[in-house]
Amino acid sequence: MAGGKEIKTKIGSINNTQKITSAMEMVAASKMKKAQERMASSRPYADSIRKVIGHVAHANLEYKHPYLEDRDVKRVGYIVISTDRGLCGGLNTNEFKAVVKHAQAQKESGVEVDFAAIGNKATGFFKRFGGRLLAQTSGLGDKPSVNDVLGTVQVMLDAFDEGKLDRLFVVYNKFVNTMKQEPTIAQLLPLPKAESRDEVQSGSWDYLYEPDPQPILELLIRRYVEATVYQGVVDNIASEQAARMVAMKAATDNAEDLIDQLQLVYNKARQAAITQEISEIVSGAEAV
Amino acid sequence: MAAKTVQLDVVSAEERLFSGAVETLQVTGSEGELGIYPGHAPLLTTIKPGMVRVVKEGGEEEIIYVAGGVLEVQPHNVSVLADSAVRGEELDEQQALDAKKRAEEAIADSASDLSYAEAAAELARALAQLQIIRKIRK
Repeated sequence: MAGGKEIKTKIGSINNTQKITSAMEMVAASKMKKAQERMASSRPYADSIRKVIGHVAHANLEYKHPYLEDRDVKRVGYIVISTDRGLCGGLNTNEFKAVVKHAQAQKESGVEVDFAAIGNKATGFFKRFGGRLLAQTSGLGDKPSVNDVLGTVQVMLDAFDEGKLDRLFVVYNKFVNTMKQEPTIAQLLPLPKAESRDEVQSGSWDYLYEPDPQPILELLIRRYVEATVYQGVVDNIASEQAARMVAMKAATDNAEDLIDQLQLVYNKARQAAITQEISEIVSGAEAV
Repeated sequence: MAAKTVQLDVVSAEERLFSGAVETLQVTGSEGELGIYPGHAPLLTTIKPGMVRVVKEGGEEEIIYVAGGVLEVQPHNVSVLADSAVRGEELDEQQALDAKKRAEEAIADSASDLSYAEAAAELARALAQLQIIRKIRK
C-alpha cells in the first residue's frame, strides 16, 4: 500500500489540474458566446451575395464565367479549416477523417488532390498525412478578419484560374449547437447550382452592368468564395470553443471522480497505518 | 403608385452595417456618382471606397463609410456588399505569396512537430499515472 503522503500529493496535483480545466471550461463558454455572435453577424453578407449571384446566374445568359461551369475533374483542392490549438476533444480528428475519406474517394476515381490549410492543426496533419500543401495560414486568434484568409483563398483561386484545380472545396466544422459540431465539406467552385428559392422575377430581364458583366461577376464570385471561407473560419471557431467547453467539462468531472477515489484510498491507508500502530503498541505493551 | 422608400442593406463579410427603409441613397460607383431612388432599374456595379449617404424614411440622413464593394439594385431592395478593407490587386497578390511561403515553411520545418511530441509525452505520463492509480486501488 502506497504511503499516505504520496496519495495526498497526487490529490493535490489532480486538484490543481481540475482548477485549470474548470477555468478553461469557463473561458471557452464565454468565447463561444462571442464566436456565435460573430457567426451571426457574418451571415447577412453571405446570404446577400448568394442571392445576387443567383440573380446574375439566372439573368445573364450571354456570358458564361468559368467559375460557373463544370469541367472535367482532374484535380481538386480542399481548403481545410482547423483550430490552432488542441484540447478540444475530437473536433479536428473527426474533420480530418472526413477530409481523408473524401479525398480517398477522389483518388480512387483517378482525381488528384491538393490542400490548403488554415490553422496549425491542419498544417501539422497534412505534413504527417503527406498531402500537397499549396497555402497555409495560422494564428487567426479569436477574432479573425476577412483579410486573414485572403492569401490562402487567392492561391486556390489562382490555381483554379490556371486550370490546375477543377474543383474547390472548403472543409470546416459546422456549429450546430453546443453539443454537436459537424465536419462539413462544401463545394466552392464551380458554384453549385443554387435552388432559386427567392423571388427572382420570371421573364427576361437583366441588370444594367457598370462597367461590364464579366468583371463584376468575377469580383462577386471571388468575394463570395472569400466570404464563404471566412464564414467557415468563424463557424469553426465557435465549434472549437464549444468542443473545448465540453471536453474541459468532462475533464473536470473526471478529476472529481479521481479525487473521490484517491481520497478513499488515502483514508484506507491512513486507517491501516493507525491500526498497525495500535497493534504495535499493544504487542509492545504485552511484551513488557 | 410608386413606393416612397426602398429597402437598403449594407453588409460586410464581418457585420451588418445598415438595414432599413430609405428614401434615397448616394454612392460613388466605379463609373461615377449614383443616386438611387425607389423603383430604380436593376443595376449591378462596383463601388469605390467612400461614403454612402442615405436619407432614411422621414428625411434623416446617415453616412456610412465603405471600403469599396458591389452595389446591387432591385426595384424594391438595394444591397451594398461592402468590402471589409480597402483592396488592391497588389495587396491580394502579396497575401497569396505569403500564404504560399508559409505552406513551404511548414513542410520544411520539422520543429513544429514539437507539439506532437509534447502531446505524446503528456499521454505517456497520463497513462503511467493511470496505472499507478489502478495499482493503488487494488
